Amino acid sequence: MTLHTPEFSQKIHGPDQPLLKVEGLTKRYGSRIGCADVSFDLYPGEVLGIVGESGSGKSTLLSCLAGHQRADLGRIAYDGRDVLAMSETDRRRLSRTDWAYVHQNPRDGLRMGVSAGGNVGERLMAVGARHYGQIRGKAVDWLGRVEIAADRVDDRPSAFSGGMQQRLQIARNLVTSPRLVFMDEPTGGLDVSVQARLLDLLRGLVRDLGLSVIIVTHDLAVVRLLAHRLMVMKSGRVVEQGLTDQVLDDPQHAYTQLLVSSVLQV
Amino acid sequence: MIRIDSLSKSFTLHNQGGAVIPVMAGASLSVAPGECVGLTGQSGAGKSTLMRMVYGNYLIAGGQLIVGDTDVASAEPRQIIALRRHTLGYVSQFLRVVPRVPTLEVVAEPLLAIGTPADQARDRAAHLLRRLNIPERLWSLSPTTFSGGEQQRVNIARGFAHAYPALLLDEPTASLDAANREVVLSLIEEAKARGAAILGIFHDETARARVCDRLVDVTGFTPKTGAAA
Repeated sequence: MTLHTPEFSQKIHGPDQPLLKVEGLTKRYGSRIGCADVSFDLYPGEVLGIVGESGSGKSTLLSCLAGHQRADLGRIAYDGRDVLAMSETDRRRLSRTDWAYVHQNPRDGLRMGVSAGGNVGERLMAVGARHYGQIRGKAVDWLGRVEIAADRVDDRPSAFSGGMQQRLQIARNLVTSPRLVFMDEPTGGLDVSVQARLLDLLRGLVRDLGLSVIIVTHDLAVVRLLAHRLMVMKSGRVVEQGLTDQVLDDPQHAYTQLLVSSVLQV
Repeated sequence: MIRIDSLSKSFTLHNQGGAVIPVMAGASLSVAPGECVGLTGQSGAGKSTLMRMVYGNYLIAGGQLIVGDTDVASAEPRQIIALRRHTLGYVSQFLRVVPRVPTLEVVAEPLLAIGTPADQARDRAAHLLRRLNIPERLWSLSPTTFSGGEQQRVNIARGFAHAYPALLLDEPTASLDAANREVVLSLIEEAKARGAAILGIFHDETARARVCDRLVDVTGFTPKTGAAA
């Protein structure tokens, strides 16, 4: 994997070390399987797409990876550290600094009663920033990067359109320079034209910041454009994984073949 | 640069009674640096299938396929990604881009992806778009609204932006007028001159005669047991 920013390259061991290593991850709800025996490596700068129908376990997997739910079995190593063995304090610090989580519904990831600038600045303050002028400057810079005009910095997100709210959520998440970003259906619920704008933005950020991303979606067009690798889930299990266009162009598993052939061509 | 030996491929259609369709067997060929090899054979004979196997879109059932230092048949996805980024370019017949992205960015993207400074990448993109007669007023627009011929030229500009050591060209001169066809053929000749290994499909016979050093008929790679898909 090629890395593009020197500061980022210095933060990792080297491109041949996975940033995230997942082995045998399993989550049950009573006798029902949430996700079972999921294993994969994610390298710096890589975007991994997870697709599958509703109830396939993709969102359960994402929330276990991000530490929102506790997995029953398995191992997660982030940057060589055992995530499941970490103290709650350490894990929370990780999710405030190195990790970010973009919710499908921006309302779940934003504070609706706080201004746009405040939403971005709050993340910075959570990692120790105290200088008001610098926080505001950085907030305005990030709002610009996600194409929100500087004159909207004092407006509340409730006055924004759905697409703007989603871009604000991304700015709030990326302002602390995370290395790993979890995304749950980030383009779901948006108009197609707004989706395109968001996809363009995400691709640029991944390329310029060397982000690693795990993106859950049911939209195969989104993963084709955004994800390097693809994992297909059914009934809580990974039925197929590989290079995105290989999985989509030459699917091996019956379920993937059905999924790919069910998409309307436009 | 590209070495293919006894390559085979079949498709298993799980949702159609598990039918197994063999589409290729015993495919062997090689392309040296600076050489252009043209694939021939009727429509459906497997030319595109072979190209997709080289690019890693189709999994390989058997045999060997090496591009540069990468064993494509057994490579991990991330090795294929690295191969595509640095070594192996592909000009397909269709432009697939994120809507809304300006044409100049679409063409510069392969260079940005390998860390070329943005101004250099855009200069190179502008140079190629100018050569391929895409009017400058269109550069800031997304190519999704362009005509078929314009999209094809944007696709070619993108494919030639980075000096890949190996290139796959699928009908690069189709739907182009004489002037632009000439530009594309010159680009191919220049790529050969700098040492690129090129594997291509050219239906245009004059184009084929001009740039191809050898032709390989893929009809010989059709499995004996069944018809190609």
